[in-house]
Amino acid sequence: MSRIQTRFAALKKEGRGALIPYLQACDPDYDTSLQLLRAMPAAGADLIEIGVPFSDPSADGPTIQAAALRGLKAGATLGLVLEMVRAFRETDSETPIVLMGYLNPIDSYGPAEFCFDAAQAGVDGIIVVDMPTEEADLLDAHAREAGLDIITLVAPTTSNSRLFHVLREASGFVYYVSITGITGTNSASAADLEKALPRIREATDLPVAVGFGISTPEQARTASRIGDAAVVASALIKTMASTLENGQATEQTVPAVLKQLEGLAAAVRA
Amino acid sequence: MTNTSFPLSNSLRSGPDDRGRFGIFGGRFVAETLMPLLLELDEAYRTAQADPEFRKELDYYLKDYVGRPSPLWFAQHLTEELGGAKVYFKREELNHTGSHKLNNVMGQILVARRMGKTRIVAETGAGQHGVATATVCALFGLKCTIYMGATDVERQKPNVFRMHLLGAEVKPVTAGAGTLKDAMNEAMRDWVANVADTYFLVGTVAGPHPYPEMVRDFQSVIGVEVKEQITQAEGRLPDVIVAAIGGGSNAMGIFHPFLDDSSVRLIGVEAAGRGLDSGKTAASISRGRPGVLHGNRTYLLQDKHGQIEEAHSISAGLDYPGIGPEHSWLNDIGRAEYVGVTDDEALEAFQVCTRTEGIIPALECAHGLAHVMKIAPAMAKDQIIVLNVSGRGDKDIFTVAHHLGVKL
Repeated sequence: MSRIQTRFAALKKEGRGALIPYLQACDPDYDTSLQLLRAMPAAGADLIEIGVPFSDPSADGPTIQAAALRGLKAGATLGLVLEMVRAFRETDSETPIVLMGYLNPIDSYGPAEFCFDAAQAGVDGIIVVDMPTEEADLLDAHAREAGLDIITLVAPTTSNSRLFHVLREASGFVYYVSITGITGTNSASAADLEKALPRIREATDLPVAVGFGISTPEQARTASRIGDAAVVASALIKTMASTLENGQATEQTVPAVLKQLEGLAAAVRA
Repeated sequence: MTNTSFPLSNSLRSGPDDRGRFGIFGGRFVAETLMPLLLELDEAYRTAQADPEFRKELDYYLKDYVGRPSPLWFAQHLTEELGGAKVYFKREELNHTGSHKLNNVMGQILVARRMGKTRIVAETGAGQHGVATATVCALFGLKCTIYMGATDVERQKPNVFRMHLLGAEVKPVTAGAGTLKDAMNEAMRDWVANVADTYFLVGTVAGPHPYPEMVRDFQSVIGVEVKEQITQAEGRLPDVIVAAIGGGSNAMGIFHPFLDDSSVRLIGVEAAGRGLDSGKTAASISRGRPGVLHGNRTYLLQDKHGQIEEAHSISAGLDYPGIGPEHSWLNDIGRAEYVGVTDDEALEAFQVCTRTEGIIPALECAHGLAHVMKIAPAMAKDQIIVLNVSGRGDKDIFTVAHHLGVKL
């Protein structure tokens, strides 16, 4: 079983959903984000999503756009993100790591080389925002060979028949983009999720993570119960950004994010 | 073997394939949220294409509202001054709103209306596409939001005011360098958040399939007219066609009907900015490499890690780090040539055109003219060059004055 399967199976036994926090690599610098990454599992992260900074994040709202810029300024490259995962794996061999980003840095790295190196570094899954099913053959075979899951995104605009089409060969888990919009803006209501999830479960047996617009402990709890996991991104980055001075990390940076993460985790586990 | 015995696939005009690709270029690299919309748009466009009523409606607006056909002007004084090939201007600057942009916008707005969309978003660089879009939204009573880089808002003030007058909301984008690339990102973010009622009216032959194909089809009216007009004037096809390229819609529009006429050289002129090797350029083909941005695979200015670089050009309309995917393909198969012209060369050509022909060209097409000025003198006097004068330069007089050290 992959780390992702093992983790979701264990949580199912516990009878709760997963909390998936997100951090942008090298935001605001390599050391701080690695420190944060290493501390996240103890603060309640069940899986972790690492954002790969890209110059043109067209599906992201202002918060993650700013985080990506800080990451790039601090020298983030796809290679450095993999190095960060390697460093994380020295102390944690169980928490699944999923990279989330845009296609061009991967394309530039080389799809086959990237999938191989990512798996070697200890990455479990990848989410490529601008690679719909229609273009996924670019990575599919390489990812499968390397043992990486390509996490499939589905959206409110994905029709029932299309759900079957895009989820046919999905693996790992399914990422439900719960609003039509960019990250960190609107939120889906519990009623929206109650309506959407059965539609998705018709088309797949994989766990479903709910993301985009989840910021409060209450929302995380709701999403992790109706779905199988809640992804929290912009809300954590906002907290981190508020601790920065002139774009640099301060003593409060890591503790502030971890404290918020603990609050989210407590709600998901309650 | 005659031309007609070639199967259709031997034509260079048959692209894209059903995945929206021209060779390795093009495609549909968008978030899943947008994918169903692109499929819906593709279907709506095919249905419109097959409907004679749609063609009739478009022809009506092109003739009586846009003002087509646009003339093909023999630039006699310029020809004499250059002392070589005969230079003709395809006068797209005479269209309503002052550029070729309205050809595409008129086509797409009719598609959007058929799809029942009530709100239009668009990106704009120089503001020509924004003005054209705001114009048709005024005509058809649709809500209109235009995203424009903050830098461009500053250097294209007259167009910003025009858009306001036309009832559009202009949103300045401060991300990045505040130019066309950033406006494109922001327009895509708006679209993804408002999919139910909003149509994204792309202004160039780039973006996810079917946009590059659809915009090309609507702009091809330029080349179709040139073919007829030059045959009437000269009894033959031109030797060279030259057009400036940002995203590449005016160039694709004039090139496409000639793709299978191998005797016609097609030259796309990219903005070299301060020089191809200055690091301050917008020449995606000359100085970029293939990658994926804004929904398509194409030549992009990017660093070795795949981060997109800022483009630079004196012309806001050419200030974009990518290019339409069909141009990338035409470059790779060698059917079209792509060259660079610097800011300074374009400024010089801008003045020559104004002085010799009494036509103030947009800075975009001044790039094309600068290349014509390089090649025409060495060509025989019975040879023919057609330059696409894709827009008028009134919007650029402030920029030009600034560079000439004149205070207005």
